[in-house]
Amino acid sequence: MTISTLRRASSAAVVLTLALAASACSSNSSTTSAAGGASTTPAGSGAAISGELAGVGSSAQTSAMKAWAAGFQTAHSGVTVNYDPQGSGAGRAAFLAGGNVAFAGSDSAMSAAEQTTAKTRCGAEGAIDVPVYLSAIAVVYKLDGVTDLKLSPDTLAKIFDGKITTWNDAAIAADNAGVTLPATKITPVVRSDKSGTTANFTDYLSKAAPSSWSYPAADVWPIKGGEQASGTSGIISSVSQAAGAIGYADLSQAGDLGVASIKVGSAFVKPSADAAAKVLEQSTKAATATGNDLAFSINRTPTGDGVYPIVLLSYHIVCQHYTDAKVGQLVKDFEAYVISADGQAAAATQAKSAPLSAAFLTQVKTAVDSIKVG
Amino acid sequence: MSLQPATREGWRNVPASRGVLSRSTAPAVLAGSLVAGAVVMSIVGFNWYGVALLAFALNLVGIYTLSRRVEGSRKAKDRLVTAVISSSFVLAVVPLVSLLVTVVANGWHRLDIELFSSDMRNVLGPGGGIKHALIGTLLITAVAALMSVPIGVLTAIYLVEYGRGRLSKLVTFLVDVMTGIPSIVAGLFAVALFSIFLGLGVRIGFGGSVALSVLMIPIVVRSTEEMLRLVPHELREASYALGVPKWRTVVKVVLPTSVAGIVTGITLAIARVVGETAPLLVIAGFTQSTNTNIFSGRMMTLPVFVFNSFTQPGSPRSEGIDRAWSAALALIAVVMLLNLAARLISRYFSPKTR
Amino acid sequence: MTTNSVMRVPDPARAAAPDRLPSRRGDRIFAGTARTAAITIVVILAGVSLFLFVTSLPGLSGHNEMTQGKSFAAWVAPLLFGTVLASTLALLIAVPLAIAVALFISHYAPRRVASGLGYVIDLLAAVPSVVFGLWGSTWLATQLKPVYAWLATHASFIPFFKGPASATGRTMFTVGVVLAVMILPIMTAICREVFLQTPRLHEEAALALGATRWEMIRMTVLPYGRSGIVSAAMLGLGRALGETMAVTLVLSVGGGISFNLISPSNPATIPANIALNYPDATGVGVNTLIASGLVLFVLTFAVNAAARAVLARRKDFAGANG
Repeated sequence: MTISTLRRASSAAVVLTLALAASACSSNSSTTSAAGGASTTPAGSGAAISGELAGVGSSAQTSAMKAWAAGFQTAHSGVTVNYDPQGSGAGRAAFLAGGNVAFAGSDSAMSAAEQTTAKTRCGAEGAIDVPVYLSAIAVVYKLDGVTDLKLSPDTLAKIFDGKITTWNDAAIAADNAGVTLPATKITPVVRSDKSGTTANFTDYLSKAAPSSWSYPAADVWPIKGGEQASGTSGIISSVSQAAGAIGYADLSQAGDLGVASIKVGSAFVKPSADAAAKVLEQSTKAATATGNDLAFSINRTPTGDGVYPIVLLSYHIVCQHYTDAKVGQLVKDFEAYVISADGQAAAATQAKSAPLSAAFLTQVKTAVDSIKVG
Repeated sequence: MSLQPATREGWRNVPASRGVLSRSTAPAVLAGSLVAGAVVMSIVGFNWYGVALLAFALNLVGIYTLSRRVEGSRKAKDRLVTAVISSSFVLAVVPLVSLLVTVVANGWHRLDIELFSSDMRNVLGPGGGIKHALIGTLLITAVAALMSVPIGVLTAIYLVEYGRGRLSKLVTFLVDVMTGIPSIVAGLFAVALFSIFLGLGVRIGFGGSVALSVLMIPIVVRSTEEMLRLVPHELREASYALGVPKWRTVVKVVLPTSVAGIVTGITLAIARVVGETAPLLVIAGFTQSTNTNIFSGRMMTLPVFVFNSFTQPGSPRSEGIDRAWSAALALIAVVMLLNLAARLISRYFSPKTR
Repeated sequence: MTTNSVMRVPDPARAAAPDRLPSRRGDRIFAGTARTAAITIVVILAGVSLFLFVTSLPGLSGHNEMTQGKSFAAWVAPLLFGTVLASTLALLIAVPLAIAVALFISHYAPRRVASGLGYVIDLLAAVPSVVFGLWGSTWLATQLKPVYAWLATHASFIPFFKGPASATGRTMFTVGVVLAVMILPIMTAICREVFLQTPRLHEEAALALGATRWEMIRMTVLPYGRSGIVSAAMLGLGRALGETMAVTLVLSVGGGISFNLISPSNPATIPANIALNYPDATGVGVNTLIASGLVLFVLTFAVNAAARAVLARRKDFAGANG
């Protein structure tokens, strides 16, 4: 029966692959996780917790989430934290859609419409935005012979708008007194995908350089044409490939590329975790933030020394009230860890993010403590 | 030139072997072209691509003129085609080999025991491995193959041996349509399908198998169909003439004759879907921990692992990138083993005719 | 499924099976199983189509956030153009190469070398598209950069090379080459398999008549393998049209409809656009993206149908033997 020998043939191939899998699998640390979470002991603060905690959202948080998941899983060996870095919009959509996703990671706070939807998802008390991650966005460039580029907001806006096309332009020279600039053509590289980084960068340009930048803040690059690349990795590799290229990316990924100092007030500030953290002190809660919600509106034109305004503030969006006690306890304990000094330090080490200041964390802690379980 | 146009036409009826170039002529022309290319390029500015291009052109012209003078136009054309085909082969192999070399060179130094014995749970920075992704890929692909191969092969048998009328036309048409399903759409379809039963935001390994099956079935049908159609009808007729029923003819004569091609087709189909990223990203999800249950929870797969490690390498950046290359190498190794197995199987089952 | 009707069909592909034989039951079961498998495909595809149509409908009206206020047609047109352009380029490069490589392996290379070469090429079918994307965006783009710069200065009178040349090399042309390399293994494997199936007698007959190797190939191998070549091209096209990750990683998008292959402003392709925007899409934006998937689906189908039609007209030459 050749048809069965055929089947035997294909199943032989399968058996081979399975054997390979088995040999690769020394199943001491394997954790079979069930969606939704299953805890063995009654939930309660400090009690042993277990199960899967599933989140979806912002890819900017990936590195930090790795650190938080590792820290939390080390403390609670029965817990598996799974975070899909699919994107902020996907995260919010998946969270608002229902029970398979316990929290969302998002680079922007919920819109008014999403807050209404959240009332269906979480009950009458809705969901809240908890700021957990702050990171500086660096303006990266590749220009041989220029190590410490300085740019004012207007120059930056004109470069990305294509108004300034060569590096020896008078505007750039004015910002960089005493530096010899080559006549190289400028190639601005921007994100081709929807991204919170683009949203924050364009928000900065529209507020800090309103006379030179006529586009609104948007998560898709607002200008047609020009060099585009997908993801932070794409920006970094494109900028490294082209002499005279300039782009924007998370500071932790800048690597060997030059990082420009940006003019704030009258001084030029290099991006750093400290400089990024300072901008939060001058920012205020967003208009949409009510109750325990901590959506913030970043001040793009701060004053004072060493404040860097091109930052990305990312949130965890959680229910105010989890009716499923197991999932709720997991979320609450996890968020408590994330905003603890330990959690922030872990993220700072792994993701080079800016640890949120103690004063700010007190505010956030009130929000996390307000999560009701059961 | 002593050649008259009229004579040239007349050669069409003349046997090809008028005079014969010696065996060493073709290599000699090639070597000469390479040297000439190198010399010319070193004068105008050296560049390997320029050398290759120039040598290619010189070689074609050289061998054609030479052969034409000695062996006549038919033989010259033959030599020209041989040169073109061999050059095309080299041209095609350059990027393929460059790719393979890149993967091996970058993936080699992280190819240690730890890579296969550990997953990424609680791993920050150095270390960690692909155990979770390897298991996920093997399980999801195996289940996908188990679903698609029987359906695909039987459908091909139906189309070639039985099919006629509306159903056969419809199926042929639909298989054509299926080859055009973008992989990401297959993934979204699986998401929509499983959301009906398991709620929105579902991530499940089996969903990945379903998405891969949708992509795999048309490839299996197409290649199997092609192979079955190539089985000479004399074989079938001989079998019928001996009074063998149709189904036994198919099973005992048609399938064994084409088994090598069918198995190659299946291996290719597996190779094609095993590297799929987009559909698995949306349905099988993303996890750092090992999950051996395909029917519950998120499952990591090698392509998703590669994609994620490249786009989100974390810090230090180099560790993530290294893991990504090693995972890509491991994926190729898995397919290599599969391919090897398939070749052995087809050699074992195919009739010994040639 | 009666064997009686088979008797009346002249097509030798459904050669007449003996009519009165003991194991008709076996025949019925076997034919039934095969038929069930075929019907399963109909069901699966009905499911996929249903999903596509139902989720596309709200997006087809356009004028939403995803289409940036444009109508759906105006939004999807450049994407469709980009998809067709990239895939056409890929096919133009890959089809002749695949045939040549397959012929080289099946009829030119020494047999021992040939099987090894075939093996290497099969392996490459498994390289994840992400890796092709990385290879394309780093290695290949850098290699092609000077070529684009040269073309922009010396050949800008040709619309394809109008320039300005991309500074990173991530152009439509690079994408075409990457896609060609990606689809080459699967196309080569199918062509090779088909070429090897050419009846030895045909080949020997041609050679015995005094044909050169090329004449033999042109007279026996190529006509015999024509439907296989078309099949291979269709599979390759299917993959090129639907390729997501490689294009996403390589192409610098953001342009409109343009035949300029070497500039940094290129139209995106439909799948790359889905991958770029799906993660952050919400509401009707998702429907719009899936509707663009539907457009791609229809396009591939149309191409496939055309290829089938061409094949059917030439059926007498292609599949027949005997």
